[in-house]
Amino acid sequence: MEKSLRSSAGLFVLALILAACQASASSSPSESAAATGAVDPVAACEALELGCVEVPAGEPLTVASALAITGAVAFLGNDANFGIQVAQEERGQVLGRDVEVIHEDAGCGDAASGQTAAESIVANPAILGVMGTTCSRTAVPMMPVLEAAGLTNISPSNTAVSLTQPGHANYGGEFYFRTAYSDFFQGSAVAKFLCEELGVTTIATIHDGSPYAEELQQVAVDQFAEQCDGETTSQDGINVGDTDFHALLTTIAANSPEVIFLPIFSPEGPLFVTQSQEIPGLADTIMFGADGVKDGAMIKGAGDLAQEIGMYFSGPDLNYGGRYIDEFLPAYYALSGTETVLAPYGGQAYDAYNILMDAIVAAHVGDDADGTSYFSKEAIREYVAGLTDYPGLTGTLTCDENGDCGAREISIDQLEDGVFVPVFSTREP
Amino acid sequence: MRRPARISLVNLLLWALGGGIILFVAVGSWLTLQQGLLTFEDWRSLVIFGVTQGSIYALIALGYTLVYGVLLMINFAHGDVFMFGAMTSFFVADALAQAGFLNSNPIIGMVIVVAVSAVSAMIVALILERIAYRPLRRAPRLVPLITAIGASLFISNSVRGLYGELARAWPRIDSLVGTVDIAGIPFLKTQVVVIVGAILMMVFLYWFVERTRTGRAMRAVSENKDTAALMGIDVDRTIVITFAIGGILAGVAGVLYGIVFNQVHWFMGFLPGIKAFTAAVLGGIGNIIGAMLGGVSLGVLESIAPTLLLTGFGVPTPNQLKDVVAFTVLVLVLIFRPYGLFGRPEGK
Repeated sequence: MEKSLRSSAGLFVLALILAACQASASSSPSESAAATGAVDPVAACEALELGCVEVPAGEPLTVASALAITGAVAFLGNDANFGIQVAQEERGQVLGRDVEVIHEDAGCGDAASGQTAAESIVANPAILGVMGTTCSRTAVPMMPVLEAAGLTNISPSNTAVSLTQPGHANYGGEFYFRTAYSDFFQGSAVAKFLCEELGVTTIATIHDGSPYAEELQQVAVDQFAEQCDGETTSQDGINVGDTDFHALLTTIAANSPEVIFLPIFSPEGPLFVTQSQEIPGLADTIMFGADGVKDGAMIKGAGDLAQEIGMYFSGPDLNYGGRYIDEFLPAYYALSGTETVLAPYGGQAYDAYNILMDAIVAAHVGDDADGTSYFSKEAIREYVAGLTDYPGLTGTLTCDENGDCGAREISIDQLEDGVFVPVFSTREP
Repeated sequence: MRRPARISLVNLLLWALGGGIILFVAVGSWLTLQQGLLTFEDWRSLVIFGVTQGSIYALIALGYTLVYGVLLMINFAHGDVFMFGAMTSFFVADALAQAGFLNSNPIIGMVIVVAVSAVSAMIVALILERIAYRPLRRAPRLVPLITAIGASLFISNSVRGLYGELARAWPRIDSLVGTVDIAGIPFLKTQVVVIVGAILMMVFLYWFVERTRTGRAMRAVSENKDTAALMGIDVDRTIVITFAIGGILAGVAGVLYGIVFNQVHWFMGFLPGIKAFTAAVLGGIGNIIGAMLGGVSLGVLESIAPTLLLTGFGVPTPNQLKDVVAFTVLVLVLIFRPYGLFGRPEGK
């Protein structure tokens, strides 16, 4: 209530200022505007509620990434960073300026690290926009800080449903966007596959307490019940950093589910799969991971075993076609020095970077006599919010009113000769 | 002069707390067993899993306890010495497995893996002592503690920088796949190797500390460094040996970890390190038998307690509360026996 009052008061003031500007512009144009033959960017920025980011002549355009680049899932953040770097090198200068990406570490396991990254980003007035976070958990504390500073954020890999649910405690707010899909689509696709392709009737699920895992397994459970009356025998949890899952596996086995759905990360995921084969009651149980383990860490950690037991993995459909295979991947491999992608979100990070750059170009208010460029923070947000049919690397992207911009194509893969091979693909409406 | 014992409020509260816990444990266990979800065989295998995990904790815990014994400091980087041993064991075992040697000569292969890992973990422990701790021997007690945390981050991130951040799959040894019956109870072969290996290391350590001259020197230094020096004991050398033994035990624990969990990564030292430290405190820090029993009890507790105590009360995800249960026990032990289960009050 108080917030809406305040913002409507703000709008009223803004309207007054705009009206005043319009009046003065029509009656007597200011001197500097007349001198440059365009709108005076300083005055235009003063009229904006959120103001502008100023980039002095000769300085680069600065954006920030806030990903998990240390800690147990550092490969997830590094994967996205390689995607950003590929886009950065390919795109080169923007508006005749170099682009500098400041890489902040938002971590993954600990929500506080998201806040720390956000604080250091807003402390730098040169930053135009943000790409982050890796994990949904760290986006939750980061977004209020960025929103207060008027900074637009595009996440390449947050998939938790609640981040784009207005009214939910985890809702990312008006400055939050993502090029990753919401897990509602992933969970539905998993349920569809369980019902229609595997024809199973009982599952058990595991999560690690993160919004991503907890919400994804819940969507899968709900959809499994809705789509084919499937029964869930248990929804247990682990902790990030646990190594011994034998006790948990023994209790899961007591209910003999046909499938265990484990949307967790590495290294817990591979450990869980390895140990499941040591429990007699789970010999025929199908292991089913999600995008948190659809990566090189899983292949290195338990790839042979996962292939042997025919484990399934849901995640973004990486069949993005020619541009991804012919241009993006070679550039990515050249940067990373690897032969497979570290994680499946490099493409989404590539799109996030390009959308952000387009937004910055669109939000260019003008330059003053010294060559300083002015960029409207609000216009950056508006550009991204209004994104429609954008030809991204990962598909045709359109941002909905809650910040969901990602392509909704999910594939379910199995490992063949150490490579993820799709066995099922879906596009949800 | 003795004063007659008086019942204080604190004592009353403690008794109430103790009674409450016993009631909670009894009711929780009874309710869980009433549900009959797990069979007797399931519970038995949970205990065996717990003992296996606990044996690894115990080997790491010995390193904490030995160093605490002689230096009265917590070597927080010890978990990363263990990680270094495990990573080394991966590279050796993987190379031997690629060459086919590990499967054709499993015993000689394992001896090589254990020897290389133990020695390299020992070298890391020695470097640590020389660079990070010895210069601070006379500094206030908090200083080496902070250095230890720094050293821990340094070691783990160096390994990450050298070998990357992805987890590596420790090779499977064909002759260790499957189960073996001992007294009618099925054990995984890997569990037998781990439990027997840990027992051998502990017996060796006990013999070393109790029966050799160097062991006697270690005990003397742990009693009183200055007096030991006056008695002609080379204190520096004894401390170096203590670190070396801690490193060897951590290296062996790293190999055993690889055998059980088939996976190693640069971050793996942290949590087992904390758990082993907990085990050492549980058993009474500075006490060797205490560290061994503390490690095994912590492992068993983690394995059975969440399911046994919480399922009955309808807690939906008991295993997620595994650490809560383990650390609650630690807190309780420290409330009722501040010097641990087998320790002795300081200054006595």
